[in-house]
Amino acid sequence: MSGLMKVSSNPHIRAKDTTSRMMLTVVIALLPTTFFGIYNFGWRAALIIALTIASTVLTEFLYEKIVGKKSTIGDFSAVVTGLLLALNLPVSVPWWIPVIGGVFAILVVKMLFGGLGQNFMNPALAARCFLLISFTSIMTNFDCDAYTGATPLAALKAGESVNVYDMIIGNISGTIGETSMIAIVIGACILIFCGIIDLRIPGTYIVSFVVFLVLFSGRGWDGQYVSAHLAGGGLMLGAFFMATDYVTRPITKKGQYIYGIFLGFLTAIFRVFGASAEGVSYAIIIGNLLVPLIERFTLPKAFGKGGEKA
Amino acid sequence: MNSVKERLYNGIVKENPTFVLVLGMCPTLAVTTSAMNGLGMGLTTMVVLALSNMIISLMRNIIPDKVRIPAFIVIIASFVTIMQLLLQGFLPSLYDALGIYIPLIVVNCIILGRAESYASKNPVIPSLFDGIGMGLGFSFALTCIGAVREILGAGEIFGFHIMPESYVPISIFVMAPGAFFVLATLTAIQNKIKAAGEKKGKDMSKIQSGCSEDCLGCDGKGGCSHGFYDTKAGEKTEGEVK
Repeated sequence: MSGLMKVSSNPHIRAKDTTSRMMLTVVIALLPTTFFGIYNFGWRAALIIALTIASTVLTEFLYEKIVGKKSTIGDFSAVVTGLLLALNLPVSVPWWIPVIGGVFAILVVKMLFGGLGQNFMNPALAARCFLLISFTSIMTNFDCDAYTGATPLAALKAGESVNVYDMIIGNISGTIGETSMIAIVIGACILIFCGIIDLRIPGTYIVSFVVFLVLFSGRGWDGQYVSAHLAGGGLMLGAFFMATDYVTRPITKKGQYIYGIFLGFLTAIFRVFGASAEGVSYAIIIGNLLVPLIERFTLPKAFGKGGEKA
Repeated sequence: MNSVKERLYNGIVKENPTFVLVLGMCPTLAVTTSAMNGLGMGLTTMVVLALSNMIISLMRNIIPDKVRIPAFIVIIASFVTIMQLLLQGFLPSLYDALGIYIPLIVVNCIILGRAESYASKNPVIPSLFDGIGMGLGFSFALTCIGAVREILGAGEIFGFHIMPESYVPISIFVMAPGAFFVLATLTAIQNKIKAAGEKKGKDMSKIQSGCSEDCLGCDGKGGCSHGFYDTKAGEKTEGEVK
């Protein structure tokens, strides 16, 4: 085989990156968060994660079997979707929530639009929002063996004070994967080090979120308030792992900055003025919907066409 | 009698206003939160559609071509007002449930579409039954969508609890996004049945719509006998403008 020349059209120079390799890196980068979630919430968290991944992978496999397409579960994208969805669920959910969420994420959001690369929204986040709208009381019940009561963000919204140190370490209630800022940042460093993501989107997202939060909250520069907002909720997980999703982010560099600023703006609005304490997932899927528009307006000019008129 | 049957079949199956023509989406998506609302909306529209088709067909030779749309609207609006008062008087609960969507039947594009493309060119009896057929097709579609949404979103159908106690209603289905999910799924199933029928060699052109294309993909260039888009009327006005 090795003696055969491969005849193909361009491009002729190829990187070693493949979809499955990238997705596997993302899974590895999510492992610190996953293990911290299991440590924080107990064995039930592991069960929820396993169930969600099984549901997404099985859905993709069965769908492709039924419609007679080549199986694509080998690219691990379904695993990433399942893992991200599980990390966005509270630990107390009944067993059928991960199953419905997984089926919705893969079947409705991903496969019906044509599979990986064609989905217009992040499947994991779309499924989370679907579950959040459908089963509001179940999805916002963060009581478990380890913690009871409101999440830090909800407490912050109610005007109570929170322990920022605990929020950075992660000893707080919340969804399985969003609690520990440290674990998420370790994962993000792995991704940046491997060149899977760059800081363009997460950086603009977080910075603009802080700016708009200071503007909207009416508290001026309150260090404790701002850092609690940064460490709390899904902001870190969303900024590093979901807003940077290759399929649903803008391709152009200028577009990525606009996208990041827009996400920060929406998240700040949702968190300050919204009825719910959290708004990262809605902000990112609304951002996803605007990506085609952003790309349209930031399309670089082809060489020789247009440009500044002297 | 044959034309009556053909018109009814056309409205319910061949050119079902919701699943094939995809007309009147506003009430379809908005009021189908339960099977009862869907059925109520469908039947109200059917009555208006049948009566306005009949009157427009009667007056088709009197109405001048230039003012035909305002004339149609006046006729349709009269019947909608009658229906609104009747509903308010005799079915107040349905009246409350449908709310603003009853007066909005005036601008329902199924009614104006049938007036323009069928009733204004055909005799009274076929027009009346065209209206009834289209109305039944619309009612059928709305009831189906409403039933699916009600079962999934509330665990009930026509107000009767049918799902087991342990079933947790998926409340997104009684909200706006649910309408899109259910409509898309039912349309897909309907197309699947058509495609399966075609494979078996049945003459699906009768169900399709006369031409090789679906009415949806039709750019209105004609060739199709029932012409939802009235190409000739458009040409005439253009000519007059010139």
